[in-house]
Amino acid sequence: MTRRQRRLAFLLSGLGVLALAVTLVFIALGDRVLFFYSPSEARERAVPAGETINLGGLVAKGSLTKPGGAEVNFKVTDGQTDTTVTYSGDLPDLFREGQGVVITGAFRTDGVFAAVTVLAKHDEKYMPPEVARSLKARGLWREGSGAK
Amino acid sequence: MARGIGRQVIVELGHFALVMALVAALIQTTIPLIGATRGEARWIAVSRPAALAQFAFVAASFLALIVAHVDSDFSVLNVVQNSHSAKPLIYRISGVWGNHEGSMILWLQILTLFGAGVALFGSQLRPAFQARVLAVMGALGVAFGLFILLTSNPFARVGEPPLDGLGLNPVLQDPGLAFHPPVLYTGYVGLAVSFAFAVAALMEGRVDAVWARWVRPWTLAAWIALTVGIAMGSWWAYYELGWGGWWAWDPVENASFVPWLVATALIHSVIVVERREALKTWTVLLAILAFSMSLLGTFLVRSGVLTSVHAFANDPARGVAILLILGIFIGGALALFAWRAPKLVQGGLFAMVSREGALIANNAILGACAAAVLLATLYPLIAQTLLGRTLSVGPQVFDFFFPPMIALALALLPIGVALPWKRGDFGAATQRLRYAAAAAIGIVVLTLAFVSANAWAVFFGLALAAWVAAGTITDWAVRTKLGTGSLKLTFARALGLPRATWGMVMAHLGVAIVTLGIVTDSTWKEEAALLFKPGQSIAALGYTLTLDKIEKNLPHENYTSTRATLRFVRDGRTVLVLHPERRFFPLQQTETTEAAITTTFFRDIYATLGEQRGEEWIVRVQWRPLVAFIWFGAMTMAFGGMLSLSDRRFRLGAPVRAKTRTAGAPAE
Repeated sequence: MTRRQRRLAFLLSGLGVLALAVTLVFIALGDRVLFFYSPSEARERAVPAGETINLGGLVAKGSLTKPGGAEVNFKVTDGQTDTTVTYSGDLPDLFREGQGVVITGAFRTDGVFAAVTVLAKHDEKYMPPEVARSLKARGLWREGSGAK
Repeated sequence: MARGIGRQVIVELGHFALVMALVAALIQTTIPLIGATRGEARWIAVSRPAALAQFAFVAASFLALIVAHVDSDFSVLNVVQNSHSAKPLIYRISGVWGNHEGSMILWLQILTLFGAGVALFGSQLRPAFQARVLAVMGALGVAFGLFILLTSNPFARVGEPPLDGLGLNPVLQDPGLAFHPPVLYTGYVGLAVSFAFAVAALMEGRVDAVWARWVRPWTLAAWIALTVGIAMGSWWAYYELGWGGWWAWDPVENASFVPWLVATALIHSVIVVERREALKTWTVLLAILAFSMSLLGTFLVRSGVLTSVHAFANDPARGVAILLILGIFIGGALALFAWRAPKLVQGGLFAMVSREGALIANNAILGACAAAVLLATLYPLIAQTLLGRTLSVGPQVFDFFFPPMIALALALLPIGVALPWKRGDFGAATQRLRYAAAAAIGIVVLTLAFVSANAWAVFFGLALAAWVAAGTITDWAVRTKLGTGSLKLTFARALGLPRATWGMVMAHLGVAIVTLGIVTDSTWKEEAALLFKPGQSIAALGYTLTLDKIEKNLPHENYTSTRATLRFVRDGRTVLVLHPERRFFPLQQTETTEAAITTTFFRDIYATLGEQRGEEWIVRVQWRPLVAFIWFGAMTMAFGGMLSLSDRRFRLGAPVRAKTRTAGAPAE
């Protein structure tokens, strides 16, 4: 092999590895990404029961109930639609009524959203961007109003 | 009153020093560069004092900000927003970089520290080349100095100073925060030195072994800091966030992991340049990419374009400004690369199967890993722009593609180490590794016999850890000619090995230890979420757990705590008592979970106290086998890096070329 040929061989095998990696990533992305829905979008698009999604919005004021045991129920709202969420376990430290949350889980057949993880943010001034975007779209967001 | 005026002056001086640092950076960038082009020694000579001055001015400015925070000077907006007079001293200091403005000053401080380092310790570099390196670093200083002064000024005042500040986010009030960002930033910014060396080399059109010998220690230093910083961040997440996770593939974690992968590739490829004068073009490109990735990391963290637990409250204008800086530096360097790289003289020849070939494979795989993680991290942005859908890419995605890719690198590692430079014999290399292979298979069989796990990936992972460890030890044994001659002789040979070799052995053992920890913890960890009434006993994880008592409202400096006493009984004996806590910070009206962790060699036991539900309390208990190996392994890797860094050949100015055997057969 000449120097040029060898260089080409290295280059092609390098690109081969890269192509393999990218293919692998897209296979992984194909059925594992989580789509984000606000409660209204989830209703409009009729998300099928059992499909794992991210549901985001504000925790509706006065909706949090603890019926006993580890179970908690609350409502997530985007101002138009409220979705009832049920969760078993400890809520994050920064979880509060009126605050933005992103919840990973799936709708049950009765329309209640069963949460697997509830995410509230590190920073009490911080609003998840996707929640902010969907609230803006519904006219509920004022610049600089924060999540309080 | 006098004190008040003194404080005023300090803040103004800090602000002024920052402006002066910008001026010094401008001088450092322009005059020596013109001098280097024209060959004017006196213009070139400006470079070193300018770099030292820039460092001193930034240090003064940084110090002024620290004083303002320690003094609780609430006429400064940054202090008002991020501090509080009731905060303990250490968090008043670490709070300086726990926010956007302060962290940018820290960034600039470390950049100028490295600049001063190149100025002080680079006296054996050719003056014109040193001036070019410092000019590139000066240009970065100008860009970030302007950025801070125009968009993120930490010395901005408030009209009506409030009586007290808003305080620091309680989750960040932890010793981990005091050290994690500075160390991680040292890694990020240290790569700026490699970048500056690469750009300066492109300007001169010359890359050789001497260049590599200079780049290697600086890159190693940055890599060590990145390794330690990432490990600290992961450890902090594990004990502080209360759910025991050590890696979540969060965008900000990835923003540090991608530069780490590229830097790891770089410290391997630069060896080839140093020893064999080959792979020059690729190494220069890697040096540019490594720093580009760390700039991109800064952009992702600071702009808040990606949802992340780490994002500070953000401002789109800053994101645009950083994107602009990113474009200028990365675009400029890549354009220079495209223009000048073809002119670089190519060096040593080698066969496909050789140490060089193995290091190329290492680079290809690590590069592909970095590209894959980057693509998956940025995918939400791509989907938002092109598909108009908001989505997130969770750990499931990364867990699917990353392990098999990195497994390939681990599988090749011992073979690569066993191959000689220039031209190797695949058969001979694998022959040497037969015991290592036997060890790997033995571990799998042993595991199968004792523990049940139904995922083949687990055995594969354990086998890889054993393979890497055994292969590394084999290489060490071959180098010390273990088994020939007395033990004393072996010992003497071991001591005679270069530090860089020892460093490599340690770092690769660290890789094996991390792998073992990750595979074991991910596979066999156990967790129980329990509901206790105080005094109640429940059987879980092989213990009888008793919640002896809950003490409420224990007073502390700036919080109150609720403290549980959780007793672990096995065979009628109390073997462990843990005290998980919940802390309430009245200022922020926020609760934090404080996990109680006990570590032994083989396992961690991890307990967190959850919310109260009526009479009952939620308590989570986890059994985490070998989890500490993850951080111990990372520290072993970093220690290997330090050993390598201390190798005497990096301290010797005059480059001694590795023996070239021109008499041998050409590599073709």
